[in-house]
Amino acid sequence: MDIMPKWVDIIIVPFLSLFLAAFLSALLIIAIGESPIAALNLMIEGTLLRSAGWGYMLYYTTNFIFTGLAVSVAFHAALFNIGGEGQAMIGGLGVALVCLFIPWPHWTLAIVGASIGAAVFGMIWAGLPAYLQAKRGSHIVITTIMFNFIAAGVLNFFLVDVLKPKGSMDPASANFPVSTHLPTFQDIASFFGFEKAFRSAPANVSFFIAILACVAVWYLIWRSPLGYEIRALGKSGPAARYAGVRPVKIIMIAMMISGALCGMMAINTTQGESERLILNFTEGAGFIGIAVALMGRSHPLGVLLAALLFGFLYQGGAELALWTKIPRELIVVIQALVILFTGALSLMVRAPLESFFMSLRKAKE
Amino acid sequence: MIEFLTLLQVLDSSLRLATPLLLVCLAGLFSERAGIFDIGLEGKLLAAAFVSAAFAAITGSVWLGLLAGISASIMLSLLHGLASITLRGDQIISGVAINFLAAGLTVVVAQDLFGQGGRTPPLKSGGRFEPINFPGATSSKEMNEAGPLMQFYSELLSGHSLLVYVALLTVPISWFILYKTRYGLRLRAVGENPAAVDTAGISVRGLRYSAVIIGGVLCGIAGAYIATSLQANFTKDMSAGRGFIALAALIFAKWRPWYALSACLLFGFFFAVDTRFQNILLPAWLLSGFLILIALGLISYVWKKDNLDKAVLGGLALGISVIAFMVISSVWDTGTSSQIKIPVVFIQSLPYVLTVVVLAGFVGKAIPPRAGGQPYVKER
Repeated sequence: MDIMPKWVDIIIVPFLSLFLAAFLSALLIIAIGESPIAALNLMIEGTLLRSAGWGYMLYYTTNFIFTGLAVSVAFHAALFNIGGEGQAMIGGLGVALVCLFIPWPHWTLAIVGASIGAAVFGMIWAGLPAYLQAKRGSHIVITTIMFNFIAAGVLNFFLVDVLKPKGSMDPASANFPVSTHLPTFQDIASFFGFEKAFRSAPANVSFFIAILACVAVWYLIWRSPLGYEIRALGKSGPAARYAGVRPVKIIMIAMMISGALCGMMAINTTQGESERLILNFTEGAGFIGIAVALMGRSHPLGVLLAALLFGFLYQGGAELALWTKIPRELIVVIQALVILFTGALSLMVRAPLESFFMSLRKAKE
Repeated sequence: MIEFLTLLQVLDSSLRLATPLLLVCLAGLFSERAGIFDIGLEGKLLAAAFVSAAFAAITGSVWLGLLAGISASIMLSLLHGLASITLRGDQIISGVAINFLAAGLTVVVAQDLFGQGGRTPPLKSGGRFEPINFPGATSSKEMNEAGPLMQFYSELLSGHSLLVYVALLTVPISWFILYKTRYGLRLRAVGENPAAVDTAGISVRGLRYSAVIIGGVLCGIAGAYIATSLQANFTKDMSAGRGFIALAALIFAKWRPWYALSACLLFGFFFAVDTRFQNILLPAWLLSGFLILIALGLISYVWKKDNLDKAVLGGLALGISVIAFMVISSVWDTGTSSQIKIPVVFIQSLPYVLTVVVLAGFVGKAIPPRAGGQPYVKER
């Protein structure tokens, strides 16, 4: 029997963690000599009160939805996919190969092709650690960390020695053909007659694919037999095995779905934004997925909300760096605190709440 | 043929680059041998590097810097201990959080203190660990004329900072503590079977806390080394993944101190080669032959295995054969004696690839401490 009502677990605990993280960050801002209230106002002004701010925020959010969902799916199988960064890099390679070497007539087809390319490449990159975990018992956390570094090497090799156009100094691929370019929110808004909305913001149609991915993951995890097996294995390995779940198969499938989702992040950054493959396009989004998944309690709706929050923090952080002496890295600190309170120190947040509800229950009896 | 002096210089810089890896690797060794996974080594290293450089820059004393760096690293160790020992939280998540915390805080504080875009100012002579020259060692100007033994003595043995020698000394000390003392026996036991240690009336918490604190001290020394000795200031993200490479070395070393020394020296050697030689040339036949051999080995291994093994390892073998084929076709016109340039990134990726191979257990299986990663809940 649960000690606390479900809503406390779903709503109060994440918000309390967020509040603690915000409180400590505010102290840090005061220590720097700035005002936290002014900083928050600036973040809201630069993000929520301008359509271009929304455009940037939703661009970041798209990345975080993909990586957050990826970490969540792995979490449901009790696997910790820390390799989202590497899977996204290899996914970007898939996007670049699909966009550069297949003559797409129209972006609607190109985005399908690029999504498949990204997903397959990400899947392969997550599949190897999954295989090593499932069949050889190598700890998936360590192998995925190693695969992040190897992925960085592979991406570097492809950009410097293979995909770089002749005569270019930049470690980047050639620009993708115009027919693969995705409509941005600005294009969509001008189509409906709002020329001034979302000006030069990078958010693009892949945001809607991210939303679709949320729905698909929700269906997979809570409405499909496969999702049931994934959750069963995650909750109790021996029980799931007794019920006929094959751990090797489920570990492989869960990790490959996770890798595919991470890889698909690249359609937003590579096909949607930079329109060519560049180094460091992942910008740590694979790791932010961990914070997003923890904050969102590994539920697609929670992941969506947490991704919006982190999108807000990233865009707001850029505004802070622009207008105050608070560097962008403050957001990394907030992210660390969120991971700390929702993940590692969760007992510290939950224990007082649990004892409170325990005393309520005793009072009733 | 590579000259003897060049070889010595490469080994010399291997030793320099291996030093932080070694210290961090031993930090991880203590922690993981006590059953506490430590992904946060990277964060501790970075935090210690920043704090030591900042203190050395402000006070002008490298010793105060070292002390401050160690304290900062211990603070993060205690946070990790609080999360993973006292509050029985997830050790991996805690480590990830510590890495981010260090990556963010160091830049935020550095920017606030020094306003140089997340760097510390260059350290003056009192704020750095200077190289120690052994008696009788020749200066680098006269190195070319000296005999091979003298070159060996002066180039490789002499002329390192104090912390290099400290790092080398920690290997036998760690070995002694772990294998020859009562404390070490208990520490290893608590990583394998904490319940047995608890039954014997020894505090599991106490042992695990002591292990993470030792890890903190070692990471602190390593951090001070990279910021005040290897380089002369702190720069943003200067740990550059060394914490993770040390983790790789720890697995490569199978959680043993002397193996850790050789693993770190090997990885240090890769980095030294990588920084010294821009292009590494290998005969094409050697490279393709080696790749084909690996592919054949994989195929013969999966011959009688199940479908998943066949799919994954067969696919890997196919990929490797394709690379070998590309190597051969690229030199087809110029003949078999031609050489192939190995991209530097492959040398850089080698430590990680080797670690994965070892983890996979195809070559010398690495078995981690049994109770690693699980919080210990005392029976009531």
